Amino acid sequence: MSVVDIAVHPKAAEQRANVIKGRAFPIVIVGHVDHGKSTLVGRLLHDTDSLPEGKLEQLKAVSEKRGLEFEWSFLLDALQVERDQGITVDTTQIWFATPRRRYVIIDAPGHKEFLKNMVTGAAQADAAILVVDAAQGLAEQTKRHAYLLHLLGIRKVAVAVNKIDLIGHDEQKFNAVAEAVRGYLADIGIEAAALVPVSARQGDNIVDRSKDTSWYQGPTLIGALDAFTPRAQPVDQPLRLPVQDLYRFEDKRIVVGRIESGRLKVGDRVRFAPLGREATVATLETWGTADRGPREEAFAGESVAFTLDEEVFVERGALASSPDNRPKEATRIAARLFWLDREVLKPGDRLTLKIGTAEREVEVEAITESLDVENLGTSQATQIDRNGVARVILRSRKPLAVDLYETQPRTGRGVLIRGPQIAGGLIVESASNQQVANDVIAVDSSVTAAERSQLNGHRGGVLWLTGLSGAGKSTVAMAAQRTLFGRGRQVAVLDGDNLRHGINRDLGFSDADRAENIRRIAEVARLMAESGQIVFVSAISPLRVHRDLARGIIGSGFREIYVQADLATCEARDPKGLYKRARNGEIAQFTGVSAPYEAPPRADLVLNTAGQGLAQTAADLVHFAEDAFTGTLAE
Amino acid sequence: MTDDLDWLEAQSIYILREAYSRIKPLAMLWSLGKDSNVMIWLAKKAFLGRVPFPVAHLDTGLEFPETYAFRDRFAKEWGLELIKDTCPPIEATDPTLPHNSRIAARKTLGLKEAIAKYDWKGVIAGIRRDEQATRAKERYFSPRGDDGAWDFRDQPPELWDHFASDLPSGVHMRIHPLLHWTEIDIWRYIQRENIPVVPLYFADKNAKRFRSLGEIGITFPIDSPAKNIEEIIAELEVTREPERAGRAMDHDSEDAFERLRVAGYM
Repeated sequence: MSVVDIAVHPKAAEQRANVIKGRAFPIVIVGHVDHGKSTLVGRLLHDTDSLPEGKLEQLKAVSEKRGLEFEWSFLLDALQVERDQGITVDTTQIWFATPRRRYVIIDAPGHKEFLKNMVTGAAQADAAILVVDAAQGLAEQTKRHAYLLHLLGIRKVAVAVNKIDLIGHDEQKFNAVAEAVRGYLADIGIEAAALVPVSARQGDNIVDRSKDTSWYQGPTLIGALDAFTPRAQPVDQPLRLPVQDLYRFEDKRIVVGRIESGRLKVGDRVRFAPLGREATVATLETWGTADRGPREEAFAGESVAFTLDEEVFVERGALASSPDNRPKEATRIAARLFWLDREVLKPGDRLTLKIGTAEREVEVEAITESLDVENLGTSQATQIDRNGVARVILRSRKPLAVDLYETQPRTGRGVLIRGPQIAGGLIVESASNQQVANDVIAVDSSVTAAERSQLNGHRGGVLWLTGLSGAGKSTVAMAAQRTLFGRGRQVAVLDGDNLRHGINRDLGFSDADRAENIRRIAEVARLMAESGQIVFVSAISPLRVHRDLARGIIGSGFREIYVQADLATCEARDPKGLYKRARNGEIAQFTGVSAPYEAPPRADLVLNTAGQGLAQTAADLVHFAEDAFTGTLAE
Repeated sequence: MTDDLDWLEAQSIYILREAYSRIKPLAMLWSLGKDSNVMIWLAKKAFLGRVPFPVAHLDTGLEFPETYAFRDRFAKEWGLELIKDTCPPIEATDPTLPHNSRIAARKTLGLKEAIAKYDWKGVIAGIRRDEQATRAKERYFSPRGDDGAWDFRDQPPELWDHFASDLPSGVHMRIHPLLHWTEIDIWRYIQRENIPVVPLYFADKNAKRFRSLGEIGITFPIDSPAKNIEEIIAELEVTREPERAGRAMDHDSEDAFERLRVAGYM
């Protein structure tokens, strides 16, 4: 080959001149293997006049040489290996144009093994075509792909009900499939913007309306695509800018990163999570744009460089926001996750979580539930297999700045990395923080929580018994401990009064001392729970704010138990003679007499010791403890 | 963000900064073609006027004189740390490859030598998905084995701009910051930014020009009257000829280019 001619195709010329300016609209085509995705792509290219000159002839020649009937899908199967195997291996990007705009198609393969490629492709797409075989209807991969589209943020799809010719262009059969697809999609939060009866092989309703489906009044597939709007850059959301790097060029210290949402202006005050340092944007730095003047403001989607008015500590991984609208800073994240690695994911596994540019070592604290994409049910699971979807709880020692996916998708999603590779993706559904003192680097335990619970047959946790003096907290705790111990549980009771003789003997009953008393009890209880024990704390803990403090320290293993008995009953019992002394004015600030008791409005369990005997309340407590800390952890 | 070129630029800058932040030592391949000039331009944008890593021209000694002149002038003007080692001779290439592909394979060997010599852990290359079907399969960050080989069957997932970057020993990373650009995007950006290119891209007095620029003997001009960027863009708006039609090695046999790439070609 030496010299080739430039072929000018009049129809293509007219089309392309109109759409050449503007970003190509990225779409992904998903669906079950053999439902006709690659065929559809070949047909789209041909029918929109987007094929390179000679490509069709070349492929027809290749097919003939190999003794095969020409297939439209050969257009995509450009690699030798693909033709041999008959499966599209990887995401292939192909451009075409309609009179309205340019498109780039990401051909997502349907074979189960290749889900990670489908995810790679779909994560870049603005919209999707879901291909469903008209004769076969929804298949396992159709559902899995659709479910993943939802997790990847796609909320609208066009459905190509393909091979309509093979069901004789039958309206009733089409409607039945269409309704089933629409129903499933609605259940997972995806809108079917159009359900189009097509035949990719014959070209029905792709670009041109088919004469054989006169009963169909909706758009052609191209018409449905053209109706999609691009994902907008979230410029009006709060500022989020994950810091990529810091450059020191000459005397300047330059922070670089991409604005994921919102906008950044010279003069803006910015805060860098998780350390919380603040400074003001001094300049936006650019190169090669002198003719456009200095930048004063930049928007979501832009890769920016800026300087600050003072030298605060900033590093890669920090998340910049406005001081008024910050991300969450969390050490514990509940997420919906899709798993792509060959090796399964199990509780106790340690991985790297990457959100924005931040990376944290995390431990899988629990698999809350496994999600069945076929029937949308949930079940308990001890591991997540490749291509599975589940809800998990991840724990990090150092806080990580995140958003909830629901409110700020770009900084509320991330990937899990195992070894050198991305092993799964997740969206953050909730996030919480347990305070870790600044600047103290925690030492990793050589035994994980999961290993302990495997050995013990239960997890560690804290049952916090609150109630008036004399309500029976210690009594019921001791009884429950006895029963659980008899069943081989690792169990202990921390009694507030006993602790005041030891670890808390320096404390009195001022507000500050009461708070410190609770904080120490909670810390000790947490340590014991982390060592695998089920811990009953018996402490009056009359103030809600103090119990919330304890909950914050202990985290997910905290359960609040209200041991309820009216004041008259408690005072009648008066096992330690304290009410009598309080009434005589010998004890100041006595709960129930001269200090308030704030009953918990939403206790996890209420034990009424005035109305029920010890055997019953202790049995209830044992049952609750078993429920809470054995079996699969419910968040 | 005012238009699609801004978006393309922002994405490329993000990738270049990720590479620079995470992979060291790093180098950029400069083929002297239009795409790699755009890539250097984007690097200067990303690093505010600098290219903070060496730029390598894998020299076969077979470039056009205009190409060498361009290299020497802009290496200086752009302040590049230029490496211009000579590639191994054709005798060193895989003899089962077709002839034209063997000429191209010299660059693969040259790259392999340079990676060993300079201990690069990352190599930035200006390939685009729309150029050629096998390049459409690429990732932004593509790990390669010791021998440069590419396992397209088992590529790491890439999503939400999170890329594989931790490398086992004996593996280097190819980084492709232009992967999402098309040929016409490149020319529109060259036009907007006024980026210099080798004059061979523009029609001579015989109305011939190079659409894709490579070595003498394996790259051929096309018939085209386009004398400037405007005319090239107008031509691209209507052509249905593939960009690499003038590249002999792509047409040696059905799978020649794929074999080159699996063995480590850019």
